[in-house]
Amino acid sequence: MVAQIQALRGRSGFGLWASAAAVVVVLLLAPGYFGTYQIQLLIYGLIAAIAALGFNLLLGYTGLLSFGHSAYFGVGAYTVALVVEHLGPHSMEFYLLIGLPVVALTSALFGYICVRHTQIFFGILTLAISQVIYSLALNLFWVTGGSDGMRVPRPALLFGALSFSGSGGFRQFITSYYYYVLAIFIVCVFLMWVIVHSPFGKALQGIRDNEVRARFLGLRIRRFRWIAFLVSGTFTGLAGILWVPLEGLTTPDVLYWTFSGEIVFTALLGGFRNFTGPIVGGIVFTYLKTYAVATTEYWQLLLGVVLVTLVLVLPTGIVGAISRLGQRFRERRAAP
Amino acid sequence: MAILTIQILNSLLYASVLFLIAAGLSLIFGVMRIVNLAHGSLYAVGAYVTAWLVGTGIAHGVPLGWLFLMLPCGALAVALIGIVIEPLLLRPFYTRAEEYQLLVTFGLLQILEDLMRLIWGGTPLSADTLMDALPIIKIGGLNYPTYDLLVIAVGVVAAVALWAAIYHTRFGVLLRATSQDRRMASALGLNVGLVYVVAFGIGCFMAGLGGAIVVPTQAAVLGMGVDALVIAFVVVVIGGLGSLKGALVGAIIVSFVRTAGIQFFPELELAVLYVIAAGVLLVRPTGLFGTA
Amino acid sequence: MILLKTVDLRKQFGETRACDGLNFIVHKGEFLSLVGSNGAGKTTLVNLISAHLQPDSGQILFEDRDITFMTVTERIKAGIARSFQIVSLFDALSVFDNVALSVFSREGKAVRMTSLADHDEEVRREALEVLGQFGLASKERVMAGDLAQGERKLLDVAVAYALRPRLLFLDEPTSGVSTHEKAQIMDTVSSVVRGGHVTAVVIEHDMDVVFRYSDRIVMMHEGAFLADGTPDEIRANQDVASILLGAPLTA
Repeated sequence: MVAQIQALRGRSGFGLWASAAAVVVVLLLAPGYFGTYQIQLLIYGLIAAIAALGFNLLLGYTGLLSFGHSAYFGVGAYTVALVVEHLGPHSMEFYLLIGLPVVALTSALFGYICVRHTQIFFGILTLAISQVIYSLALNLFWVTGGSDGMRVPRPALLFGALSFSGSGGFRQFITSYYYYVLAIFIVCVFLMWVIVHSPFGKALQGIRDNEVRARFLGLRIRRFRWIAFLVSGTFTGLAGILWVPLEGLTTPDVLYWTFSGEIVFTALLGGFRNFTGPIVGGIVFTYLKTYAVATTEYWQLLLGVVLVTLVLVLPTGIVGAISRLGQRFRERRAAP
Repeated sequence: MAILTIQILNSLLYASVLFLIAAGLSLIFGVMRIVNLAHGSLYAVGAYVTAWLVGTGIAHGVPLGWLFLMLPCGALAVALIGIVIEPLLLRPFYTRAEEYQLLVTFGLLQILEDLMRLIWGGTPLSADTLMDALPIIKIGGLNYPTYDLLVIAVGVVAAVALWAAIYHTRFGVLLRATSQDRRMASALGLNVGLVYVVAFGIGCFMAGLGGAIVVPTQAAVLGMGVDALVIAFVVVVIGGLGSLKGALVGAIIVSFVRTAGIQFFPELELAVLYVIAAGVLLVRPTGLFGTA
Repeated sequence: MILLKTVDLRKQFGETRACDGLNFIVHKGEFLSLVGSNGAGKTTLVNLISAHLQPDSGQILFEDRDITFMTVTERIKAGIARSFQIVSLFDALSVFDNVALSVFSREGKAVRMTSLADHDEEVRREALEVLGQFGLASKERVMAGDLAQGERKLLDVAVAYALRPRLLFLDEPTSGVSTHEKAQIMDTVSSVVRGGHVTAVVIEHDMDVVFRYSDRIVMMHEGAFLADGTPDEIRANQDVASILLGAPLTA
């Protein structure tokens, strides 16, 4: 694992920026080459990547495995739905303005409760909290619409400058929303990159690797974990806020533990000891799930099998495997 | 007065089932230091298998007495699953980082939950024939099924049997030695692998037994596994992970609080339990009797 | 000048009295070795002073302040740091990051998440300086997990040293390395520590090392102090000799 991180670092500098730029260019040009459905799928992929990126701050960098991240995604989604229902403007910016503080506060609150505990109990507490929120969403039907959920109509973008209606409106919305989400995605990736390379990010990794030594460096373990939780939940909550206008509807399903499992899966799929792993995992998973759901009603089973197989065979995920292959390739080239 | 008695008996019934699940979980953790996230799903499998066996038995005209034997059969089936899972899926991860263990048992949870859906579908599977087979008694004018007393009895017997096995048999000594120091036990010639498989099997048996004895009183439904997992964890949080006594005390506390909660705040029942768990965690992170 | 003083410090584990009413004194600027057989109580004493353990009774005074009830973080702020017998590093971080983290933590900058760690010039300069003093500058970018054992021992000390403590506890800094390396490590450690005017207490088993580098030697046995003096005084002490070697030393 240490070697993989080293390999990725070796790629840093020009190589990293070049490949990142290439990817951005490809993403920018996509709507010109793909149909509406494909672009819609790609938006879901970017949203999943944002959720996974947030989740992985906690898993990959802090060493805390949360089984309840659906809570923050769902709170983000439901906040938007409630805003639509009770407050006026159908404006994306308004959703973000209200939604972000709500998910941040929620993450702060639950994070405070959860980070007081070790691995196992931390995981169970996160699961328990998300189940409580799920049952509240399901049972307080007069607020949340119960199992029917709540509808969210197409919002206007850029402070009302862009709104979409009539024929052709859907395609227009998808294209515009794609660029909107893409922009936010790029900002998120940049922010997260800075965070994990900041002193805070280093401290988190230290705490992850050796809690005792970190304490003997004078670091307040709980406080660092709590802040990481806060940031992590906010990113995932942001994904929820971005998701619901696209989906048009939010139901309690998005708070159920199986959805948390999907988030965990995306990080594992891409590789959770890498920065780009969750991004790759989020996008690949979106396509995988779409295929799986179309193929079989028991896609959960399929996912479970793939998850177990991954953990057994490919614990470093896609990105980890690629970097290991790359390293082996380089070693073979270096050897005469 | 009669209502109170029935409430108490209901709490004891729930406590009995919870104890079985939590004790299995605690045993596995105490000996092997792993937390099996699929434990609740195994409880659900126990319920489904038992209900299915009873249903099949009835369809084939099996006499009532024999049908009761389906209860331990359901539990044994789960134990068998456990004995297969442990060496295959869990053993590779004992030396790896804890995250992997949690991930693999989580994957197992997903597999089991969907397998149950695949095999038995979405309709609840019941076994109330067994419950109806036993007489109904009257407590202060109110009906009470004696089957429920059987459930409580099974819980008590299981607690005593487990306690005796762990503290008064040679195997129990092996279990405790291995749980305290695995490497030392291995160095002394103990077959740690065997101890692990048996311990895991016993833990799974307990979970399966919980499901088996509860299904005549309430039908097996999808999702019961995850709900059970979460509540079982509240029990071990309160009682302490790795402690048999803790599982018992925790189960009693949780079930009595739940019964009281249902009376007054039905929607918030779950939330009340978590508040208590959070409270215990704040004051005594290892639980009342924990070894973690 | 007395830097640290313990008053009747006690710690018991079941039947074993690891620290049996210890009155330990450390003078400012000295390089003190704490010796004794395994189980004598040396590590327990260090654990008590560094807040890894809580004492059963007694007091710990540092620079005339009562630190008995201070947390780890508070004691580090007060100026006490320690290294570990079994090397304790951040294996997935680079050598540079390991030391830099100490500096960030000390400066209260560890919580900063909006700037890159590598861009902090002050921290970078200081971390490199410390690495240079410990002879690890060339290994700056290497993962701590990839270092050789001797280098890991040095890094362990460097990480603690980077906290700029006034009192530094080193728990067996030369254990697990070859005899040749031991001398190298101790040369580096003692010159850096003395050069930085840091008071050091070293737990050590190798008596050659102890006699060569210490200003003062304190010997523990079964939770109590057996002997306390300069290397010459200890050499002449018959009790010590009989405990250590089972036979009197020739003078």
